[in-house]
Amino acid sequence: MPNLSSTLIRWILTLGLVFVFTSILLLLTHTPPLTTYWLLIKGSLGSLNKLARVFQVWVPLILCSCGLLFTFRMNLWNIGIEGQVMLGAIGATATLKWLAPFCPAWTCLISALFFSFIAGALWALGAGFLKTKAGVNEIFAGLGLNFVAQGLILWLIFGPWKRPGIASMSGTKPFDFSLWLPTLHNFPVWGIILAIICLGITAIIITWTRLGLELKAVGLNPFAAKLYGLSPNLNTLLAMTLAGGLAGISGFFQVSGVYHRLIPAISSNYGYLSLLVVMLANYKWWPVPFICFFFACLNVGSIQLPLILKIDSSLSGVIQGVCVLVFLLAQKVNLKTKKQIN
Amino acid sequence: MKIRLENICKYYGQVKANHNVSFTIYPNSIHGILGENGAGKSTLMKILAGFIPKTKGKIFIDDQEVEYNTPAQASQLGIGMLYQDPQDFAGLTVLENFMLGLDVPWRLNFKLSLQQFLSYCSKLGFYLLPNSYLSELSIGERQQLELIRLLALGVKVLILDEPTTGISGEQKRILFQALKQLAKEEKSILLVSHKLEDVESLCDRVTVLSNGQVTGEMSAPLDTEQLLAMMFGQKVKPRSEQRTFPAATTPTIEIKNLTACQNRVCLRNCNLSIRPGEIIGLAGLENSGQELFLKVIAGLISPEKGNIQIHGREFAGQGQKIFLQNHIYFVPTDRLERGLFADLTILEHYMLVFENDHFFLRPQKAYPLCWQKIKTLKIKGYPQSLAKSLSGGNQQRLLLSLLPDKATLLALEQPTRGLDIESSLWVWEYLQKFCKQGTAILFSSGEVEEIFQMAHRVIVFYDGQILLNKEISQTTPKEVNKAIAGKVNHA
Repeated sequence: MPNLSSTLIRWILTLGLVFVFTSILLLLTHTPPLTTYWLLIKGSLGSLNKLARVFQVWVPLILCSCGLLFTFRMNLWNIGIEGQVMLGAIGATATLKWLAPFCPAWTCLISALFFSFIAGALWALGAGFLKTKAGVNEIFAGLGLNFVAQGLILWLIFGPWKRPGIASMSGTKPFDFSLWLPTLHNFPVWGIILAIICLGITAIIITWTRLGLELKAVGLNPFAAKLYGLSPNLNTLLAMTLAGGLAGISGFFQVSGVYHRLIPAISSNYGYLSLLVVMLANYKWWPVPFICFFFACLNVGSIQLPLILKIDSSLSGVIQGVCVLVFLLAQKVNLKTKKQIN
Repeated sequence: MKIRLENICKYYGQVKANHNVSFTIYPNSIHGILGENGAGKSTLMKILAGFIPKTKGKIFIDDQEVEYNTPAQASQLGIGMLYQDPQDFAGLTVLENFMLGLDVPWRLNFKLSLQQFLSYCSKLGFYLLPNSYLSELSIGERQQLELIRLLALGVKVLILDEPTTGISGEQKRILFQALKQLAKEEKSILLVSHKLEDVESLCDRVTVLSNGQVTGEMSAPLDTEQLLAMMFGQKVKPRSEQRTFPAATTPTIEIKNLTACQNRVCLRNCNLSIRPGEIIGLAGLENSGQELFLKVIAGLISPEKGNIQIHGREFAGQGQKIFLQNHIYFVPTDRLERGLFADLTILEHYMLVFENDHFFLRPQKAYPLCWQKIKTLKIKGYPQSLAKSLSGGNQQRLLLSLLPDKATLLALEQPTRGLDIESSLWVWEYLQKFCKQGTAILFSSGEVEEIFQMAHRVIVFYDGQILLNKEISQTTPKEVNKAIAGKVNHA
């Protein structure tokens, strides 16, 4: 299996390079690298509680990445995923707020899940229609809609949904405890189950259904697809709907499973981060859970760095960025050597 | 400046794009290079302009041997080329484009450049507004700008590659006048064209290329018949008589007054009726409208005006799906770029096209079909081979095997382009099976020979119009070649 060994070599090389680059960066800021790495590991995997926090990050990352697997398959750059997470969060909050007085908690949660999917999907369809009907590049449409979504959240928090008494950046009034997604020793079990189900469905659709094949075909060659009666526009909208819906669900999890209210930074940049995850996974589904776990560890582990080492917690972002850049570099090099052999 | 080419050769592997080409271009003259598509004109001009290196041969400028390998070196020697598509910047103004190519100091002197620019314009009779943006200009005007830029660079030998494609009659008149003016001023002009008309009205001397070799030279006055003989030779063989002609049935498809545009190509008032089982060959120079015609018939492009009637029903402007539902299929010539999915396997292609009523893919069901097709069509590959890993001939086999068994009309864009003889024969055998079932076939071809061998009827496009529409038995290759070059006998 030359394929497997070359993949392995590439990964080892990538991780080695990431290690070297981050160490250089740390040395430049006069921070002992080994201590930093030790703190990162201890901060994320050091205790069950910390591991539970890692999974709180893992769940929304998985959901967003699943969505992006559909759009990347179509060669769509759904950068608007960030806004789709926010809309999902808004949809979930609205449902929980409005239904809570009338329905039992579990009905509220299931409805919130459903409406967060719808809200995210509709937001993504906005970008989708701008692309198919008006020819606006999905990157610009998505980015624009991200700003609108952020504005919408701020308006809701400081306007119609403000806390009784005084509006504040800390978000809306927390929900009643009965509306919190249940946890087990702090582990977000329902979120994990949801993420695994979504990843499974995504994997099945992508690999074993006609829809997955169509998306891939249309992404590869829209002109040829038309010759065989496939509709590039319809497939674009479909991929956007699925991506937006899954992002919306991650917004639901952020609201009901993590923050238990709507806060301004509800998306936590997980949309942008999952773009990196999927790129790093080389647009395949099976590496996604592992990369999401790695990124979640970095995110959680770096929280305490400022306190102990007096360095900024954005170090995790630096490591994640370096990972992707080095990986893309390694891949380019790999492709070039392949071409030379041919 | 006198330029002499001596035994210029350019080989691409086995293919001899140019072979022992020798001729001389004299100053104060307009020299034409004439030849059909693929005769080796463009290769020769690219060698002369320094774009591609020659395999063998020598170039002399004023009896001095010169060696150069880049366009920049060529322009230092005074050789400049005007491309078919102007090489300019759409976001800049005319004046900025003019200054960009020149060797101006870092601090721009707009006044001086403007004076320079206007003096060129008035000399050549061009009317260009210096401050208008390039995007507002027509192709002809951009060509004029490019010409001025080349002259300002001090070019003494001017190569023009098909300069009359896509420009209006008036612009052509202005261009030709300017070229005649320039020829009087010690410039040598080299006009590359496959349009007899242009060459005849402009050139003092003509060199004809065919299959990469010089087949003749002639000085003005030019003789059309002789030029045609040099261009096409006598290579068109009498057609084989085994072909079965379709019985005279009523047409399945009627096209009336069709007008459509895409990019720079426009169709004007095309009429055609197609009978079942008929093979119609579309001939014409590149971009004369034959490819656009195929796309319009297959519903890929909606016509601006006119009717397309299939079995008496009007279909024009109804979207491409309805054409597919009526079994009208388009087969593009660049297989991998527009016909297949480069990163899908053969098996995935078949699942995509034939297994379209199940949500889940059924590779185990499609596998036998895939093997059977691979065997019967002799595709050199496996179900798991990616389309891009196949050779050109095998890609064409795969592409054709994706056609459903039943078809009303196949619109094929140069179905045998780039294929070797064996593959070409296979393609035609395969297509003739369709014809026997009553499928009509429309195909474009760069080779008149192929049309005479395969088609029942030939249609010649010139400048977006149908110039000739005759049964093969009622016409001759000579007449078709003449029509391709834009000349018709009005008998």
